[in-house]
Amino acid sequence: MMSVRTLSKCIVTATQRKRCLRYFSLHRLPEGHLALQAVAKRFAADKLKPIAAELDREHRFPSEQIKELAELGLMAVTADERWGGAGQDTLALAVAVEEIAKGCGGTGAIVSIHNCLYVDLVNRFGSDQQKEQFLKPYTDGTLGCFALSEPDAGSDVGSMLTTARLEGDHYVLDGTKSWVTSGTEGKAAVVFATVDRSLKHKGITGFLVPMCSDGLSLGPKDDKLGIRAAPSCNMYLEGVRVPKDDVLGEVGDGFRMAMKQLDKARVGIASQALGIGQAALELAVGYASQRKAFGKSINQMQAVKMRIAEMALRLESARLLVYRAAVLCDEEDRSTKESSMAKLAASEAATHVTHSCIQILGGVGYVTAMPAERHYRDARITEIYGGISDIQRLLIGDIVIKQYE
Amino acid sequence: MARVLVGVKRVIDYAVKIRVKPDKKGVVTDGVKHSMNPFDEIAVEEAVRMKEKKIASEIIAVSCGPAQSQEVIRTALAMGVDKGIHVEIPAAEYETLQPIHVSKILAKIAEKEKIDLIIVGKQAIDDDSNQTAQMTAAVLDWPQATFASHIEKGDKELTVKREVDGGMETIKCKIPAVISADLRLNEPRYATLPNIMKAKKKPIAKMTPKDLGVDISPRIEIVSVEDPPVRQPGVILPDVDALVGKLKEGGHI
Repeated sequence: MMSVRTLSKCIVTATQRKRCLRYFSLHRLPEGHLALQAVAKRFAADKLKPIAAELDREHRFPSEQIKELAELGLMAVTADERWGGAGQDTLALAVAVEEIAKGCGGTGAIVSIHNCLYVDLVNRFGSDQQKEQFLKPYTDGTLGCFALSEPDAGSDVGSMLTTARLEGDHYVLDGTKSWVTSGTEGKAAVVFATVDRSLKHKGITGFLVPMCSDGLSLGPKDDKLGIRAAPSCNMYLEGVRVPKDDVLGEVGDGFRMAMKQLDKARVGIASQALGIGQAALELAVGYASQRKAFGKSINQMQAVKMRIAEMALRLESARLLVYRAAVLCDEEDRSTKESSMAKLAASEAATHVTHSCIQILGGVGYVTAMPAERHYRDARITEIYGGISDIQRLLIGDIVIKQYE
Repeated sequence: MARVLVGVKRVIDYAVKIRVKPDKKGVVTDGVKHSMNPFDEIAVEEAVRMKEKKIASEIIAVSCGPAQSQEVIRTALAMGVDKGIHVEIPAAEYETLQPIHVSKILAKIAEKEKIDLIIVGKQAIDDDSNQTAQMTAAVLDWPQATFASHIEKGDKELTVKREVDGGMETIKCKIPAVISADLRLNEPRYATLPNIMKAKKKPIAKMTPKDLGVDISPRIEIVSVEDPPVRQPGVILPDVDALVGKLKEGGHI
């Protein structure tokens, strides 16, 4: 006997039906998104791809290209027009990030993180006064950062050690943050610290902190395996004074805010993974049509065909998940399951595709003369930052179990 | 301030490898990436720059072709053009559409819209005709400044530097005039995200050649389309005598 409760879950409301139609129509991007994709694709091909190897080799930040991307409106895609943003949806951001990452994985990381973990965060949770100071100036290519992880708190970020002590009308921040992307270039950061460790994650609060603040210093740039164009470093906070007015959102609400923002950031990372994967796929297919062995092009051989098919399938499947998560991210309060699935699928697809790309290229896939090895190195981070794959699986498992209980 | 008409054509993207259709009546276009003719992009950019310098008041982009031609009009709108006109031509008739037809269409629109300057790309990269600008000027009895690499607009006249085989030629011509854009005229801008979104709201008027009183019945018949002949490998010869011998054999000397 079906209970009324179960029956009510079966009835699809008009709103849900409308949303369903939106999902299914994602087999083809809307016109505006296609136009944006064309521009981002062209910019990446003209301005990023030619210098990507150099940026990687020299661990160099693409300052000029970031300024140009800002002129195109791509450094504040989802921020309201009132604050200098383009006022677009997460799908537009996803599409743009994928194309940019396809040209240069590191630049893709910079754009994704600045958009998803700084600009959009302040746009969503900031007061008008905070947006005036910490959002508006950050839409023209000036970079903002996100400082959540610590040397002793990554996956277990709820147990962070950075503290915020209230002193009159200021908070005083003490602690160390790690893996701050664009730390060496940014002018401000959203820094998470706890006002009371005994409250566990309910003490965590977000603070808007200018990088030039007294007591704030940076460590040397991390020497990374990949995305070398995107600098990251430690941030040291020693008695950094932050006015109460610069608390982002509510005191004690920082953890929830960060987790909610990660729903969007995971879409960004997933898009980055798609772009890197796509570059590797196209490289592999192009090479396979040229390389001859045993009297024919290697793309005529079943072993290579099978590999290419698997690469394309994984990338395409992940892409649909990413688009879906991007749309849901804007339509629902939380899109955790879909965002996690997208990030997990896209990152593992990227590492698979870049691995297979080197395999198809053989010896030349192993040398720096071809970009295959760089794609391989760039892809690897997507399985780690924004929440390691293992955490994504735990999240998805928990949600699905609850869903079908 | 001048009212400017820009002609934009949707062509197969320059980076695509062209394949001849099995029936040898044309090239494969289905599912193939298309974009705005690169020389037309340069034409649009020039018009937009004129508007920014307040030399032009309104820019209208025109494209002739089937429904997909609207894509390049949208691109032009995203670059800064004010409004678009799509002259709808069904796919079958589009196969035999020639510059002679297009020039008449552009001329009629120019008259309707009280245009002062027509700017088009010097040629389309699919047919390489290099005729539309010249024919349009002839139909309208306007002066033409083709292969423009630099344009200066005065009150009633244009000073245009043209790249010709012999070098650079500078000419003056009265307005209204037709200009064709060459490669070094400018570097087209990327459409910005805000402009792409604004472009969605800009109008694209639709009309047919019949509305303009232009007859587009075919003047040509496509007999066949074939790949260029495969280049034959050369031969390395031991000495000059052998070379002379071979040339004589081949009837070349």
